[in-house]
Amino acid sequence: MKIIYNNVDFYYGNNHALKSVNLNIEENKITALIGPSGCGKSTFIRTLNRMYEHIPKTKITGEILLDNENILTDAYDLAELRKKVGMVFQKPNPFPKSIYDNVIYGPKKHGLKNKDALDSLVEKSLRKSALWNEVKDKLNKSALELSGGQQQRLCIARCLAVEPEVLLMDEPTSALDPQSTLKIEELFQTLKESYSLVIVTHSMQQAARVSDQTAFFLNGEIIETGTTDDIFTNPKDQRTNDYITGRFS
Amino acid sequence: MKKKIKKREFIIEKSLILFAGISIITTLAIIVTLFGETFQFFKEIPIMDFLTGKTWAPTLVPKSFGVLPLLVGTLMIALFSSIISLPLGLGSAIYLSEYAKKRTRKIIKPILELLAGIPSIVYGFFALTFITPLIRQILPQTQIFNVASASIAVGIMTLPMVASLIEDAMMAVPNSVRNGAYALGSTKMEVALKIIIPSTSSSIASAFVLAISRAIGETMIVAIAAGQSPVLTFNPLESIQTMTGFMVNMSLGEISQGTLEYKTVFAVGTMLFFMTLIMNLVAKGILYRNRERY
Repeated sequence: MKIIYNNVDFYYGNNHALKSVNLNIEENKITALIGPSGCGKSTFIRTLNRMYEHIPKTKITGEILLDNENILTDAYDLAELRKKVGMVFQKPNPFPKSIYDNVIYGPKKHGLKNKDALDSLVEKSLRKSALWNEVKDKLNKSALELSGGQQQRLCIARCLAVEPEVLLMDEPTSALDPQSTLKIEELFQTLKESYSLVIVTHSMQQAARVSDQTAFFLNGEIIETGTTDDIFTNPKDQRTNDYITGRFS
Repeated sequence: MKKKIKKREFIIEKSLILFAGISIITTLAIIVTLFGETFQFFKEIPIMDFLTGKTWAPTLVPKSFGVLPLLVGTLMIALFSSIISLPLGLGSAIYLSEYAKKRTRKIIKPILELLAGIPSIVYGFFALTFITPLIRQILPQTQIFNVASASIAVGIMTLPMVASLIEDAMMAVPNSVRNGAYALGSTKMEVALKIIIPSTSSSIASAFVLAISRAIGETMIVAIAAGQSPVLTFNPLESIQTMTGFMVNMSLGEISQGTLEYKTVFAVGTMLFFMTLIMNLVAKGILYRNRERY
């Protein structure tokens, strides 16, 4: 197992947002997190790279093992954690810099200085995110000139450039048009060969199309987990069944 | 009924145009007066003598109209006040937008804005009665009226403007961009230095230029604290006279309309007008050309 959640509880002030969550995330698989708005799935992935630390008055208990090491201890270096666990957000958020500078931001931050190495890393990362052919002639143009779908793939490339092991995606296609969505979903399939992906999605179809494992969240609890096929064809819990058949959203 | 509404709309629109027009007409009137008298001045004094002369003595015998001492005085104030206002302004802006908690910001920002509301004459006396004695304790050779003290006061006065312009630009950077950097392992300082400052650089540059422009045009502080002696010096501990300081001084004395001394004030005023105009255009240009979009 790549990641193991052991009895994780999470609080925003008095709001108990995750309730004794236990979950195993497998290596080189795509794990989809589904559930209605406010069910805790976005909170869940923000615990995996400790992004919640930027929000005041949060508290977390339990343990999250990444390669059998608890990432919630103070001894676990935050920069190191975020190098291993990359994150792509709901809304594309490229830096207001050139395409090239966006990709090298992470590697440079983590100490890579050699120009040739950076150049080849830019190409490698942009190829992996299926953006290279579209931008190879305008690497010095501002990232903000790209379309939404291209920006999102740039953000994926920016993550890949630091050579992470886990990729967190918080509704990565919800702000995109259907074509860009399709491109990014195709991309997931190649990415999972080298990375473990955790994807939060609102779209049942997307979860069914792209993921291997699915976890269903409701009111801060994981109601059911299993292979995507099982969850969608043969859910054990009535609430899971209600959700995937669209009885509540 | 319909006709009545139409007529009322017509009157409202025309009177609003008149209101807006008043400021334009005033500006034009000022420029015409300024240029008219300046033109008269340069009929008597060659423009090169004015721009390159090193002695400024318009009221003494022999008269001399070299503006360089005033210009250097003004630029020294601009330079030294920037040394105060730019780094402090940038630093305050970074603190307020990147580090301060919401509550702290809510307290500090109004205080900073209060600083901008203090009349400049108060700063002038503050410089003369507080900053100058302080400087003289450390550097006893400092003259009572000196560039350093006035510059510090001008710097403090322009600080809120710099801080507030930059902070507004920084706050306009969406949080999602910051989160993107945090998610790559950046610390707060790295986000501030490598993401926020570069992406607001045009606003920062424009704030700097505006601050310098304000310092050039600042009058009361320099008239009170920097002195009234038009000497060509580069020593900030000495007394000087700035362009604005000269104009105030002249208008306090008894000069009659039409005399050369009278026209001198306008010639200096025109020069000042062009300096601040150019600075303001540069600031606008920087912003316009590199406007940040997200």
